[in-house]
Amino acid sequence: MIRDITIGQYYPAKSILHRLDPRVKLVSTLLYLISLFLFKSIAGYLAVTVFLVGIIRASKVPFRYIVKGLKPIVMLLMITVVFNLFLQKDGEVLLRIWKLSITTVGLRNAVYMAVRLIYLIIGSSLMTFTTTPNELTDGIEALLHPLNKVHVPVHEVAMMMSIALRFIPILLEETDKIMKAQQARGADFESGNMIQRAKSMIPILVPLFVSAFRRAYDLAMAMEARCYRGGEGRTKMKPLKYQTRDRAAYVTMVVYAAAVVAIGRFAPLQVWIF
Amino acid sequence: MSIRLEHLNYIYSPKTAYEKHALKDICLEIPHGEFVGIIGHTGSGKSTLIQHFNGLIKATDGKLFYNEENIYGQGYNMRKLRNEIGLVFQYPEHQLFEIDVMADVCFGPKNQGLSREECEKRALEALKLVGLKEKYYHASPFELSGGQKRRAAIAGVLAMRPKVLVLDEPTAGLDPKGRDDILEQVAYLHKQTGMTVILVSHSMEDIARYAGRIIVMNHGEIMYNDEPKKVFAHYRELEQAGLAAPQVTYIMHELREQGIPADTDVTTVKEAADEIIRALEAGMPNALDDKMSKSRQMEKEK
Ligand SMILES: Nc1ncnc2c1ncn2[C@@H]1O[C@H](COP(=O)(O)OP(=O)(O)OP(=O)(O)O)[C@@H](O)[C@H]1O
Ligand SMILES: [Mg+2]
Repeated sequence: MIRDITIGQYYPAKSILHRLDPRVKLVSTLLYLISLFLFKSIAGYLAVTVFLVGIIRASKVPFRYIVKGLKPIVMLLMITVVFNLFLQKDGEVLLRIWKLSITTVGLRNAVYMAVRLIYLIIGSSLMTFTTTPNELTDGIEALLHPLNKVHVPVHEVAMMMSIALRFIPILLEETDKIMKAQQARGADFESGNMIQRAKSMIPILVPLFVSAFRRAYDLAMAMEARCYRGGEGRTKMKPLKYQTRDRAAYVTMVVYAAAVVAIGRFAPLQVWIF
Repeated sequence: MSIRLEHLNYIYSPKTAYEKHALKDICLEIPHGEFVGIIGHTGSGKSTLIQHFNGLIKATDGKLFYNEENIYGQGYNMRKLRNEIGLVFQYPEHQLFEIDVMADVCFGPKNQGLSREECEKRALEALKLVGLKEKYYHASPFELSGGQKRRAAIAGVLAMRPKVLVLDEPTAGLDPKGRDDILEQVAYLHKQTGMTVILVSHSMEDIARYAGRIIVMNHGEIMYNDEPKKVFAHYRELEQAGLAAPQVTYIMHELREQGIPADTDVTTVKEAADEIIRALEAGMPNALDDKMSKSRQMEKEK
């Protein structure tokens, strides 16, 4: 069902990850993402896997729920794998089908790319699963604060991002409702050819756009009614403050990154072609 | 001919932090031709329940029979089911999308595969029924007021000529006249065509006036499923479930406590008036003053 889309969403739970300062989580995620691209060996990926499993455990977000978030990228994943698999001409040929051939290098690249993509998505969605949109905004705003000096409207950008995130579930719910209402009137979204199916989306899209605009308008009014006027001079009820656990998390992340890169580059583990 | 639910359960987002057991072991039968009211506090599962009736939500557990056929059985024709059970959602105006009202009301009949003329004939009929003024038939649905949109949306379902009409709070946010208009039309349809009507409402008065049977939902369970007067007799329990009996029920109980032997089973204002007069007359004929008897006389003449 459409409500199964979980990407970018918050998952309420009580875990150490949920309590961490959003800045720590943002920086750590960035560090983690970079670390994924600094090596190309099975030992490195094993190390990352161990780390990731530990983090997932610590986050208390059900594994099933995380996997569900991968669904939307399946298509992207397939394309990446297919391209890597068949368009690589270097290396030893493993298999030849008609004019296409799979080489050792191609296979290796395809597998690494797929694993990287999956780990990338899991890592970054873990951040959004454990951070509310509000915290996320605060974190981004605090981290990008220096850009204010060069006249980048940091607060506004962060606010827009968090509103966008906040609206994903609302619009999904709305889509679900509208779909049901049209189905109750006999609409059929599944059968027919491409054109018919595209046409059958009109009864969903029109009301969805109408309601999205209505909501945007209402929200703008509500914010204005409460005297919102952007970031200038705005103070916070709960200013971000680093705790011991946040410092510990930073240290952990640096150690992790160093360790993973070291293992990934120098550990002499080799399985077949990987 | 009926809708029958057997031990129906529904859980939203199972096995996550958002898990919500919205319907718990619902057993229910709605024979054809009944006018059933469903009430319950906010979040008690009314909307969830009615979306099961036409298969929009599939029960996590349990069975649902329509005309003795299990709708979860293999190869069951859901489209046919949806043609027979018309569902008007809460805030149906959010489903409007066509360029004009007429085209929007035709959407349902068109999906039923009817000819253009037939679609328009049914649309006109439905629009008349909901009492939308003719000048709006070719206006954009987005230019209408909230109440007019609501009428257009209800017409969109009526135009499909369902055998069972399910309405989820069709009168929320309407003015008193609009509310009465729509409910009167629904009651009229019920009488004329003998269609089953299932009405979800927060208003005890509305339900008491029209429904032959009331289903009270409380935290996803059926609390009562009985005739209105029997349900309202439990007015104290209803209050605990975040509801209330119609105001006349309270008046009648109050009168009884004051020593007037009125029957507390009445559910509508008119019945209550008759009952009070009867009780006063029977209990203490001399207590009736001139005025009272005069006004009664006048009513009788009428
Ligand atoms: N799409 C959904 N996903 C998760 N939970 C839901 C969803 N829809 C409803 N619920 C939950 O299920 C319960 C029953 O909701 P439902 O909409 O059936 O209530 P209702 O009786 O119609 O209330 P109301 O009178 O406010 O319309 C509520 O607690 C609600 O939070
Ligand atoms: Mg509801």
